Amino acid sequence: MAKQPKPEELLQIDYNPPPSEDWMDRPVELKQGNFCWGAKGKNLAIVEFPNARDWTPVEADWKLPKDWEGTVLEAMADRLSKYRSFKVFMDICVRCGACADKCHFFIGGGDPKNMPVLRAELMRSVYRKYFTTAGKYLGKLAGARELNLTVLKEWWYYFYQCTECRRCSVFCPYGIDTAEITMMAREFTNLLGLNTDWISGPVANCYMKGNHLGLEPHAIMNSIEGMIDDIETITGIRINPSFNRKGAEILFVTPSGDLFADPGTFTAMGYMMLFHELGLDYTWSTYASEGGNFGLFTSNEMAKRLNAKIYAEAKRLGVKYIIGGECGHMWRVLNQYMDTWNGPADFMELPKSPITGTVFDNAASTKMIHVAEFTADLIKNGKLKLDPSRNDDLVITYHDSCNTARGMGLLEEPRYIINNVCNKFHEMPDNTIRERTFCCGSGTGLNASENMEIRMRGGYPRANAVKHVKEKHGVNTLANICAIDRATLSASMDYWVPGMRVTGVHELVANALIMTGEKERETDLRGEPLPGKGGNE
Amino acid sequence: MKTVLPFIAVVIFVLLPLFGVTVAHQTEIFFGIVVPYAAVAVFVLGFIYRVLQWGKSPVPFCIPTTCGQQKSLPWIRQDKLENPVTTMQVVGRMLLEVLVFRSLFRNIKAEMKEGKAVYGSEKLLWLAGLAFHWSFLFIFVRHYRFFVQDVPTVIQMMEGVDGFFQIGAPLFYMTDAVILGAVTFLLVRRVYLPQIRYISLAADFFPLFLILAIAISGILMRYFFKTHIVAVKQLAMGLVSLNPVIPQGIGAIFYVHLFLICVLLMYFPFSKLMHMGGVFLSPTRNMANDSRIVRHINPWNYPVHVHTYEEYENDFREKMKKAGLPVEKE
Repeated sequence: MAKQPKPEELLQIDYNPPPSEDWMDRPVELKQGNFCWGAKGKNLAIVEFPNARDWTPVEADWKLPKDWEGTVLEAMADRLSKYRSFKVFMDICVRCGACADKCHFFIGGGDPKNMPVLRAELMRSVYRKYFTTAGKYLGKLAGARELNLTVLKEWWYYFYQCTECRRCSVFCPYGIDTAEITMMAREFTNLLGLNTDWISGPVANCYMKGNHLGLEPHAIMNSIEGMIDDIETITGIRINPSFNRKGAEILFVTPSGDLFADPGTFTAMGYMMLFHELGLDYTWSTYASEGGNFGLFTSNEMAKRLNAKIYAEAKRLGVKYIIGGECGHMWRVLNQYMDTWNGPADFMELPKSPITGTVFDNAASTKMIHVAEFTADLIKNGKLKLDPSRNDDLVITYHDSCNTARGMGLLEEPRYIINNVCNKFHEMPDNTIRERTFCCGSGTGLNASENMEIRMRGGYPRANAVKHVKEKHGVNTLANICAIDRATLSASMDYWVPGMRVTGVHELVANALIMTGEKERETDLRGEPLPGKGGNE
Repeated sequence: MKTVLPFIAVVIFVLLPLFGVTVAHQTEIFFGIVVPYAAVAVFVLGFIYRVLQWGKSPVPFCIPTTCGQQKSLPWIRQDKLENPVTTMQVVGRMLLEVLVFRSLFRNIKAEMKEGKAVYGSEKLLWLAGLAFHWSFLFIFVRHYRFFVQDVPTVIQMMEGVDGFFQIGAPLFYMTDAVILGAVTFLLVRRVYLPQIRYISLAADFFPLFLILAIAISGILMRYFFKTHIVAVKQLAMGLVSLNPVIPQGIGAIFYVHLFLICVLLMYFPFSKLMHMGGVFLSPTRNMANDSRIVRHINPWNYPVHVHTYEEYENDFREKMKKAGLPVEKE
């Protein structure tokens, strides 16, 4: 692994590209720390992907299949005929540059090919050559170029440096969404076996074992068992969740990251404590044990194949509806793709909170609601006994996940919850939250360890805003509703804003939640003393 | 290259009719009748063709970019224009987008200052874009006076507004100054700002030079070189009534103006200028965020190979039983 540069070194950034250079003349250079290892053949083979073989990006020979150019161009023609977004976005960009400085990778790195417009041009230039008359005959003058190995490597490098966060599409006057173009690039590269290890591993795991981490049924139960012990230590209450239980009213699906590592596990403990207190009739599933979907970072088909388990399991167990946990891209899928792929979910009922009677008709078709919607409704109806002062040593700010912000619009629900379970909350600057929120820097399967430089660069704009509220308001806690955030923001905060605590919203809820029959709590979910209970305060 | 060649191309498009009609009067038929008809045909058919081509590709998924609060619980205020769920709300969002460039208005500029990224307001691009498009539309509509015998009241009112300052004779139109200023700004920006220059193609400079030349030739014709305006109207009306005539003494500058417009029309359908049609077809803007309420249908949705629960249980049955999990088959 390349040595990680210091924060000050990374920030030596010039946003101005070389004045007389033509971007087409600058060949791609695969810089260590900026890309992930290649996919392993065995993982590609598990999901029946083409050209399954071990492969190393830095080697000159990528072991590509014969006539790979033909494969890509054929796929391009196919996707142009299947996706209006792709076709329109190839044609209508006027290169006004409004998107140029909106990408977190560009802000944190200054590589001109990370300007969304140029990232898209990497693809458009090839599109023009093979699919437009001007490009065919005028070539470079018309902004067209041939598809060759150098171009392919450039695609691979930069389209696995886009986290499909859609921030650029908020600012584009035509709504051109680079995510749509990156998705296509990833479809094409997957036809050649050019995925990364960090994506294809979880995809294979999720396909065979039901979750990205490859937790087998008993391992999931063990992990949750451990959390139950911790909850008992903290609250004196032994809770007893069920697994794969037929006839439960609700199926609960959350990203498997919450079952595996801190601080996600604290969020998972939060869900279970809340559901226990409500006496909710719900079940976990070990088969549909993943809300996230790394298939989405691979191909449309793969995403659909992984997502199919959720409805299939809901049907098998006979639940009435589904609650989904805190996760970003998971909710992009659940909101914008799941029903289209694997619906209709007509075997379930309109979600209705058994506690408040609230009917969630905003999920009338998918029958799947966000846990933040569920909890906000509980609080609004006064169904939870809360002691926000238990969170008083936390000064909180909230990070909107890209996908819940720009692919859904879940903005107020988590804020409402936070404001009811905590006393100290401060927003980051307007240009960095809500629909303008910054990516954590490691979405779309970029959260590996070999690409730390690009992750820290991409994470810089978010960290910069966190640092701002830390200095201004003494913020010490970064709340979010995304499992990937919980892992990746922890890393980028350690790097850019050391000492910042990263937490899920339901961890905060459970800290404040006064449970029936609980003992006097001495610690929070992390085992740290509650305010006023510490030895050295 | 990417700036010089488009400039040379526009110069050639200026010189062609200038020399043509000056050297040989017969070419007036070509520049005054043949080319305009051809240009309009290419524009109309080309535009329709492009839109149909886009329309042929389906919209498989409901992918609006949401820029505000979703519709969820009744007591949380939905942002109807930035996160629409009904058709009327989508229409509202699109109107804002098309009429006042809502998204461009959001523009901010990222800079590194004292070791920190800061984001400042950056409305100039929005302002120039808006000024350019609206003045272009205003001027375009104003030209309607050449195509009808009696000038409609609306057009007269527009001319009144446009000439509000009552300067000069003929009356000075504000939009003429606005379009010149805005196009010049857009051009200078493209040359001067390093990021924008880096991403620019010849296809970005050509329309700017062309439109600038159209505006300049129009202004020269109106304020500086006297043009036989009655003859121009005669020619225009002849064209629209499909009874074309070439009146005498119109002046070469008019043919330059007309020819440049024809070039623009013919270039339009095959260029980025099609963003005019494309903006209406952009799925991230023209769709309602209602995909949890109503199932969006993908016409090419096809069955895929999945790992079924049965297969999963077969893989893990013994482990599941040992852990106390219920199984379908003992």
